[in-house]
Amino acid sequence: MSALRFLWGVARTPRGAVSAAVLVLVILCALFAPWLAPYDYAIQNLPGANTSPNAAHWMGTDEFGRDLMSRIIHGARTSLSVAITAIGISVVAGMTLGAMAGYFGGIFDRVVTAVVDLTWSFPEILIALLLIAIIGTGTESIIIAIAIAYLAQFTRLTRAQVMALRSETYVEATVNLGAGHAHVIFRHLLPNAITPVIVAGMLATGDAIILEATLGFFGLGAQPPTPSWGAMMSSGTAQIFIAPWIILFPGAAIAVTVIAINLFGDALIDALDIRNRLREV
Amino acid sequence: MALLTVTGLGVAIGNVTPLDGISFEARKGEILGLVGESGSGKSLTALAVMGLLGRIGGRVTTGSILFDGQELTILAEPAFRRLRGKRIALISQNPMTSLDPIVRIGAQIDQVSRLHLGLSKPAAKARSIDLMQQLRIPDAETLHGAYPHQLSGGMKQRIVIAMALAADPDLIIADEPTTALDVTIQAQIIQIIVDLVRDRGLALLLITHDMGVVAQACDRVVVLYAGRVAEMNTTQAIFAAPRHPYTASLIACIPAHDQPEGTLLGIPGTVPGVLNYPPGCRFHPRCARAIDVCHAEVPVLQTLTAGSVACYLQGVPA
Repeated sequence: MSALRFLWGVARTPRGAVSAAVLVLVILCALFAPWLAPYDYAIQNLPGANTSPNAAHWMGTDEFGRDLMSRIIHGARTSLSVAITAIGISVVAGMTLGAMAGYFGGIFDRVVTAVVDLTWSFPEILIALLLIAIIGTGTESIIIAIAIAYLAQFTRLTRAQVMALRSETYVEATVNLGAGHAHVIFRHLLPNAITPVIVAGMLATGDAIILEATLGFFGLGAQPPTPSWGAMMSSGTAQIFIAPWIILFPGAAIAVTVIAINLFGDALIDALDIRNRLREV
Repeated sequence: MALLTVTGLGVAIGNVTPLDGISFEARKGEILGLVGESGSGKSLTALAVMGLLGRIGGRVTTGSILFDGQELTILAEPAFRRLRGKRIALISQNPMTSLDPIVRIGAQIDQVSRLHLGLSKPAAKARSIDLMQQLRIPDAETLHGAYPHQLSGGMKQRIVIAMALAADPDLIIADEPTTALDVTIQAQIIQIIVDLVRDRGLALLLITHDMGVVAQACDRVVVLYAGRVAEMNTTQAIFAAPRHPYTASLIACIPAHDQPEGTLLGIPGTVPGVLNYPPGCRFHPRCARAIDVCHAEVPVLQTLTAGSVACYLQGVPA
């Protein structure tokens, strides 16, 4: 596969190598959390609460005596699955909306653009909070909230791509030979438009991890005892002077993951030479 | 028996009328040249026949386009879509940009026959390879899996032609099929198109501004000027005795191999823009033989013994 070979090429640049290594580590943590974590993430041990990092608990324990490292490894699972699912939904829905708006134009385009511009003008967190206020808390809710919060971005990007591609000679040439709308959209427009959208989706996944953590921090996301990095930081605020590691390690996990995603996305943008196309929105 | 009969075709874009009373017919087994300078309405005629005027915001205002007994000016879009590629195919101008850069060329040919003839994937592939071989594409089986950027301009144009032929259309409209190619390749591609059209007994509407191409390929010629038909005749007659001063100037502009240096001819002036068409005969400001009536009255297309001409001089030689 040329796509895999291409990713391998990106992973061999200095920036790509560091970020790819971190991402692989985080993804492995998420996939194999139950096997990698040294302890059960939910077992409480109140006498051993707020223990500082030591040989038995490399990252210490939290206010209930739970092993922090086990909770961070399991938290990777929550963070990544929420962020990736939400952005996945957002990309698919945004591409569909954007492609239809850009291709058909007219009133449909104006309505989509108006709604999208409206949501675009608010910060994602505000939209997500608003939606959670309506549909309630929990993992499914924040997935939907994050997906809708980022929808505008992918819709705009796809719409801009499709509008630029629509008047390409090769698109007109297939219409000249009798191709219908579906053929033009799915066989020619979307495949040509997808690269910048995929990269934007990757970068948005980093943002979505932060958004998920923020919502978790507010207690709106995964409910206890399921570990999530944001919720862990939230509970750490109370112990910040007694046990600063409770807030430090999840924070570091978020920072490292998001920086790695952004670095890798940046390396991808340079390798694909699409910086200009991403600005078209 | 005419396959395509265009009668008094007028096309409007907004409130301008770039095509005005175009009439001609294309017959099976015949190559009809549509000649004129840029802006004379050649490509617009092609778009009108293909029902694609909507792409540039144009519409047919007068006249009729009769294809195989079917009136195209009133045909609904879904029915038209089944016609495009299957009965009428358009070969577009620029082979460099006419192929999707990320789809293998074979798949691009296949999709036409799969769409219109309902062929299975392997059947379409076999058909495409056969077609590519007929178009003298070397190593067709390997190239079926190649991407457009791996091909030269001449090869790409052959692929574009293969796409047009993939569903066995009856009428092919080739809009300046060789303009973007090297001169050496041009003659080759034209010859390939001519041979295929003759072998299969198709009708070909060849749009060009190159009188050399006309002489090489066409049986009959329609000369357009500023959105109107200036003259129509067989290729032989047009070259032997052009009746419209415009046609005569076009032919006079063809450089001869023994022409002395510094004597290249041109027609003074340019085709007027659609917003400032002059009254009367639209060619009169550039015509050396214009008389008073040319300034005021529009000459109608008159059928003479052979061919027809829209000129008050009626083909009287200078």
